[in-house]
Amino acid sequence: MYANEFTISPLGDSALIIDFANVIDEGINKKVSGIFHKLKALSLPCIRDIVPAYSSLVVHFDVFAITRKTLINKTAFEIVSEQLKQMIKDYAETALPRSRFIKIPVCYSEKYAPDIIEIAEKKKIAVAEIIRLHTEKKYRVYMIGFLPGFAYMGETDEKISMPRKAEPRLRVEAGSVGIAGMQTGIYPLDSPGGWQIIGKTPVILFNKEKDEPVLLQPGDEIEFYSITESEFTNY
Amino acid sequence: MSLQIIKSGLSDTLQDQGRYGYQHLGINPGGAMDRYSARLANALLGKDINSPVIEIHFPSPVILFNKESIICITGADFSPTINQKKIRINQLTAINEKSVLQFEKNLSGARCYLACLHDPDIDKWLNSYSTNLIAAAGGFNGRALKKGDILNFKNTFEYKYLQHEKDFSVLPWKAIPSIKSTKEIRFIKGNEWDWLTGDSINIFEEKSYMILNNSNRMGYRLKGNSLKVNEEVQLISSGVTFGTIQLLPDGQLIVLMADHQTTGGYPRIGHVISADLPSLAQRNPGDEIKFSAVEHVVAEQELIEQHMHLLQLQTASKFKLEKLLNVTL
Repeated sequence: MYANEFTISPLGDSALIIDFANVIDEGINKKVSGIFHKLKALSLPCIRDIVPAYSSLVVHFDVFAITRKTLINKTAFEIVSEQLKQMIKDYAETALPRSRFIKIPVCYSEKYAPDIIEIAEKKKIAVAEIIRLHTEKKYRVYMIGFLPGFAYMGETDEKISMPRKAEPRLRVEAGSVGIAGMQTGIYPLDSPGGWQIIGKTPVILFNKEKDEPVLLQPGDEIEFYSITESEFTNY
Repeated sequence: MSLQIIKSGLSDTLQDQGRYGYQHLGINPGGAMDRYSARLANALLGKDINSPVIEIHFPSPVILFNKESIICITGADFSPTINQKKIRINQLTAINEKSVLQFEKNLSGARCYLACLHDPDIDKWLNSYSTNLIAAAGGFNGRALKKGDILNFKNTFEYKYLQHEKDFSVLPWKAIPSIKSTKEIRFIKGNEWDWLTGDSINIFEEKSYMILNNSNRMGYRLKGNSLKVNEEVQLISSGVTFGTIQLLPDGQLIVLMADHQTTGGYPRIGHVISADLPSLAQRNPGDEIKFSAVEHVVAEQELIEQHMHLLQLQTASKFKLEKLLNVTL
């Protein structure tokens, strides 16, 4: 499906979803995050939240504030979707904003990578090769979900693609770098989790004291680089 | 004014109407589970209806008020008492200094809301007072209230209402609870409604569902006849909302509640209408509910009517309270 085609439908009575396709596709996701950043920058009144995902955007709105401002006999959904439709058409055709590029250090030492040996055995590749493949690619933040600041990044090399663990861990430490399917991600907080853990970053991904508490944003480009245990400790 | 937690309850957190503007970063709105009752407590006190309140579960806390205050409790009826004398919900109670608020038994509902005349003296996190337990942020130090905690209130104005010898006095206006406690929960059809088989559609619209024990502020797990889809299609994760009814791979359902994750990848067969979320939030594990479909426009009208009603109540209460206390709120 071409990325300029989309549908808008209600998501309950106080939100709507703009759907481009039911696929994970870099081109479509670029449109989604481009549109997201432009809409977000407008700070539209009555819009509470804009949530981009792989191939869709959810817009949460304030029904009361929207309907109070108009005398037209239309639902808040109709008013918002009509307003958004043209904007999205225009945005989908204009140039995309440049993504931010962020390099993230990861220590792949066994101490921080409880699953790396098992992956090496199952995939019949050396641990060094896993590290090389994981640090070689540039990843895209497709979306953020699950936890505050948890970025779903892709796509990883097929040679290190692994399903989620059959039994999720009750506690994965903040900073742990995991892979699942063709995706990679970093746990921003201590949390239960089922991703295969191949390393840990000393970078803080979630800090509630900051005005912008979350480091990674939808649409960012990420690259990992390998650091030693002592570099990790002294970071 | 300040209040002190003498004994902690099951989970008592500060909540407002939710934290918006951060869902793209995975930070969910949270906020009061029963948004209506939280606003009602504020409206009866003539306050901004989005003001923070304490959401209380049962077993409930024991709270000592060190100064005179006017309080309002809405939502569940946990049989509240001041100095062991019963007080009413949905009505204002002026209390003296050193009053003790306790809750005797769980008569109805799942959570109640305590609002006080003055606002708690705490900082907002990302524009909201709501407690986000996962991020350990917002509300009172990012956590539920526990024994020994002292919550200070802003003394924005001075007033004197009660005589010292009195335990409390009931103020002369109240709200008639407008939340239905019938089994029926209204929904609008969701984005993947058409994925359901004909049989499953009949089951969903006709059978009851029971709320399971592992239901909480994140979601209500339901048990009923299992539902099937016409064909197994892998759904790519996308945004979800408070009230989204998701179909799990085992054919059972979960309704996403206030602390839901911002995105999800299960078929969304429906969405509980916002106007009925408060009544769902007052159901307990073991309770049965029955879904009934309504049109989108009905959902919206009901939501607007609820809001209008609260705003009118807030204006009227503010006027009465200003007269009674001889202050400007």
